Amino acid sequence: MFKLSEKILLLCVGEAGDTVQFAEYIQKNVQLYKMRNGYELSPAAAANFTRKNLADYLRSRTPYHVNLLLAGYDETDGPGLYYMDYLSALAKAPFAAHGYGAFLTLSILDRYYRPDLTREEAVDLLKKCLEELNKRFILNLPSFTVRLIDKDGIHDMEKLPVGRK
Amino acid sequence: MALQDVCGLLEPPLFPQWTAPLSQSFMPEDSTHLFGGGIYGEAFSSWVPRRSGLNPLEFYMPISEYITKSPINFGQTPQSSNLLDVDHMHPTLPYISQSGALPFTLSHGTTTLGFAFQGGVIAAADTRSSCAGKVACPASPKVLPIHSHLVGTTSGTSADCALWKRILARELRLYQLRHRRRLSTGGAAKLLSHMLHPFKGTELCVAATLCGWDGDEDQDNEQPMTERYANTTLTSKSSSQSAASSGLSGVRGPRVVYVCSDGLRLQGALFSVGSGSPYAYSILDGGVRWGMSAQEAAAVAREAVYRATYRDAYSGNNVDLYHVTAKGWRRRERENLKEEYYREKERREQNNTGEKSIHSIK
Repeated sequence: MFKLSEKILLLCVGEAGDTVQFAEYIQKNVQLYKMRNGYELSPAAAANFTRKNLADYLRSRTPYHVNLLLAGYDETDGPGLYYMDYLSALAKAPFAAHGYGAFLTLSILDRYYRPDLTREEAVDLLKKCLEELNKRFILNLPSFTVRLIDKDGIHDMEKLPVGRK
Repeated sequence: MALQDVCGLLEPPLFPQWTAPLSQSFMPEDSTHLFGGGIYGEAFSSWVPRRSGLNPLEFYMPISEYITKSPINFGQTPQSSNLLDVDHMHPTLPYISQSGALPFTLSHGTTTLGFAFQGGVIAAADTRSSCAGKVACPASPKVLPIHSHLVGTTSGTSADCALWKRILARELRLYQLRHRRRLSTGGAAKLLSHMLHPFKGTELCVAATLCGWDGDEDQDNEQPMTERYANTTLTSKSSSQSAASSGLSGVRGPRVVYVCSDGLRLQGALFSVGSGSPYAYSILDGGVRWGMSAQEAAAVAREAVYRATYRDAYSGNNVDLYHVTAKGWRRRERENLKEEYYREKERREQNNTGEKSIHSIK
């Protein structure tokens, strides 16, 4: 999880070194934009900038094999989640997941997600997803870091230990 | 060259645009010294040195032919005519998805480990260099000191590790001369990781654990080292907690960072690398505590390497042990594990005859 700005987080998974290299590159460039222009990039702009970079590197000698989720809060547009894969396909989505866990959790999110969820309901939905992973996923993932972005910025939530039940 | 740099005789280095992809901003310097002259020197000398500013990232872009062609043919094929055709302004590494023509198998077997505790950092490694199933060198040093307070264990291809350690040592020394302070272990790890990144996808294989003590110069009073410093993660931006703690305890204390040529860079309290690492991990996980004494730590490290050499064919011969403290690194006498093996064998036999057990342990 990389903090791009006060209200934007970038989650990056994929090949070993590529994740950190690419994510830090994007992170520093977003911060540079803020230094040069005095205001921060919006989540939509940051997502498109990331996508452009990923696409440029895709057909170079050194493509980055990373899957990304960009989450941010915009003053005018509200919260936004952007799904990006290693072929630099970009989609704004209400919910998203990468990896093998996606197979297990996307249907739960399909079933229970509503655009007008309250914060507690959203956390419960997340816990539901993690319980399913605990039950059916082959790797044991003991705990997850959870962060919440709202109009006041990024908030660390308590680490969710899976398998409390 | 370093002196010119430091004295500021040259104009300030104009760092190329960091946002541009690497290939577009390659600026060669007179780098005959890099490869020691010879055919490499001829290759580079035809270029005009554009800038004197150094950028360690672009410095080491190899010529693409050197990667695809077999190293045995280096002296024989007429390289100069081919090279002039290559677009030197945009050299790129060929993307190698499978291994090219290698004249010999590369060596990767080893056991190295490094961990931090209250009394500093212990770095230990075996000394066997294997190649194509035979022992190429029974007494190779795998723990290389980089500067007075930083030691690096090497795993992977021996030649690559030795070269990159030297390059890292030079860059750290330059940093120290320019900025009048030593670069921290985390910073050195990041520098090494970025220097290795252009070679991703090639046969370069370096897996190093940098073990060092970060501290201010000329500071004699030793503050008690908190375990939290050794365990803070590198991505401290995302967690305000760790930033606060590292600020409180200052930028001092033992630090272990793992860097590998895939681009992975991990900060932690304990690492073991190499083919013998699983065996070493099992000993270390049971024996390493933050509050242990230096003797205990050295004993555990030695035992872990010994157990790994016992089980792993590619590790063996001697064990090297380095202990890094605030005052710098100290090296223990290289110890031949053959003695330890026979001592243990005797102990087992004594136990056997003493207990008269049914199970026989040969």
